Amino acid sequence: MKLLKTLAPAAALIALPSLGLAQDGPTPGVNASTDSVFIFNSLLFLIGGFLVFWMAAGFAMLEAGLVRSKNVTMQLTKNVALFSLAAIFYYLIGYNLMYPLGTWSIEGVLSGVWGPGVLEAVGVTADAADDYSYASTGSDFFFQLMFCATTASIVSGTLAERIKLWPFLIFTIMLTAIIYPLQASWKWGGGFLDEAGFLDFAGSTVVHSVGGWAALTGAIILGPRIGKYKDGRVTPIPGSNLTLATLGTFILWLGWFGFNGGSQLAMGTVGDVADVSRIFANTNTAAAGGAIAALITSQLLFKKPDLTMILNGALAGLVSITAEPLTPSLGAATLIGAVGGVIVVFAIPFMDKLKIDDVVGAIPVHLICGIWGTIAVVFTNSDASIGTQLYSIVVVGVFTVVASAVVWFILKAIMGLRVDEETEINGLDMAELGMEAYPEFSKG
Amino acid sequence: MKGTNVKLIIATIKPFKLEEVREALTEAGVRGMMVTEIKGFGSQSGHTEIYRGAEYAVNFVPKIKLEIVVAASMADQIVETITKTAQTGKIGDGKIFVLDVQQAIRVRTGETNEDAL
Repeated sequence: MKLLKTLAPAAALIALPSLGLAQDGPTPGVNASTDSVFIFNSLLFLIGGFLVFWMAAGFAMLEAGLVRSKNVTMQLTKNVALFSLAAIFYYLIGYNLMYPLGTWSIEGVLSGVWGPGVLEAVGVTADAADDYSYASTGSDFFFQLMFCATTASIVSGTLAERIKLWPFLIFTIMLTAIIYPLQASWKWGGGFLDEAGFLDFAGSTVVHSVGGWAALTGAIILGPRIGKYKDGRVTPIPGSNLTLATLGTFILWLGWFGFNGGSQLAMGTVGDVADVSRIFANTNTAAAGGAIAALITSQLLFKKPDLTMILNGALAGLVSITAEPLTPSLGAATLIGAVGGVIVVFAIPFMDKLKIDDVVGAIPVHLICGIWGTIAVVFTNSDASIGTQLYSIVVVGVFTVVASAVVWFILKAIMGLRVDEETEINGLDMAELGMEAYPEFSKG
Repeated sequence: MKGTNVKLIIATIKPFKLEEVREALTEAGVRGMMVTEIKGFGSQSGHTEIYRGAEYAVNFVPKIKLEIVVAASMADQIVETITKTAQTGKIGDGKIFVLDVQQAIRVRTGETNEDAL
């Protein structure tokens, strides 16, 4: 250490004359301050990124709790596999498809950068950093990858208990490699929706509605679970473990601080760190508003509060605030979340009326509240225009539905999407995996 | 076979009444009972619940089944005790059946009938 210390100034002078000059020059604070912006921005991405990563655990627990015990192992398998596939395919194709950095092959629509994401060199210096005024590429990639994986997580819950493992995983690849990054480039990559003035802070539309549209398309093509809709009546299929579902919801709630807070994309100034703080507080209160609204609405509507709907309500609040978590006051954020909470309680039975079997309520939570949250931006952000918001919702919706439907239909034709009747009734765990989540309990 | 002076009392009661009934029966001199968690329906014939906004029928209602073997001389008193303590006056309070027991044996000693209780 001592040797290094004595050598360091000399080495710095030789290798990095500019840095040495700045340290000795008349404005010693400038480089240090730019460094700290780079460092704090990168730190925000890393902390936000691992919080959003943890949402994968939240989705896994929520879904494990809301499926029957005979399908729990399969649901967990899908969750681990989909996250890992998202990580690989976002690296291989998605990252550069989503962030063309101005190099378009079709202006504003299709990235001109193809191929795997590349990180900065080991021990990169300020001069060689890809964007010294912003953040490290590694932190940016890590953070953005988590959003892509979140989109894929949304789909698995809706289609639970009846879809085969492999077609689901192939769909996940198409979603995370192409469908999600392509439409995300239109907004976050600086494409035509961004040019049009579309505002979607952390992705009510770009992430949540896209997962929701893909899930909706899949649910319609796949059909409902056996016995769910019989003789014009809805047969409830209660989940196996509401403790896990509740834990999953709290994990998602925690992860959302990274999801929305990290989307400030900057933490190097007083203003930015204050904004990140506002976002954390608003995100939290929107979830609380959604949960309480669902508690009260389900009590009034069904005479008893329904825990599964309260959990959906908290998530609905979170999705609703995601398009604009910065500008609302705490009161406005609570109300935006609360409206989301009311929406899900009405939307869940409505989906049943349409005979769309959504096992965990992902379509009401992520799609319908994603649309609501995107519209709600206009209430607190004067830069938003309702026309542009609606236009963007429709563009992203039509694209995702068409692209997803094409993939689902091709998979259906080639390998079939559904397990056979016997497998579905016996449970996917034993039939497809040969192992159960709770082998010491008898069949129920 | 000669009849014994031993009766089997089968009672179905509401689960929340179990502890009260057990205390009353112990006080009345009952020295053993068998308890089973069961499901079934009688005149109460189930009810409906709501899960995620969809109504569904609960056709089998959870109950507790007690099986008590006592000397015939005690049977009426036991039945009365159960009736009194398990009663709420609302539908679904349960039923009591009294049967003759042909033979009762204590495994440890081989004692029979009333001596086996």
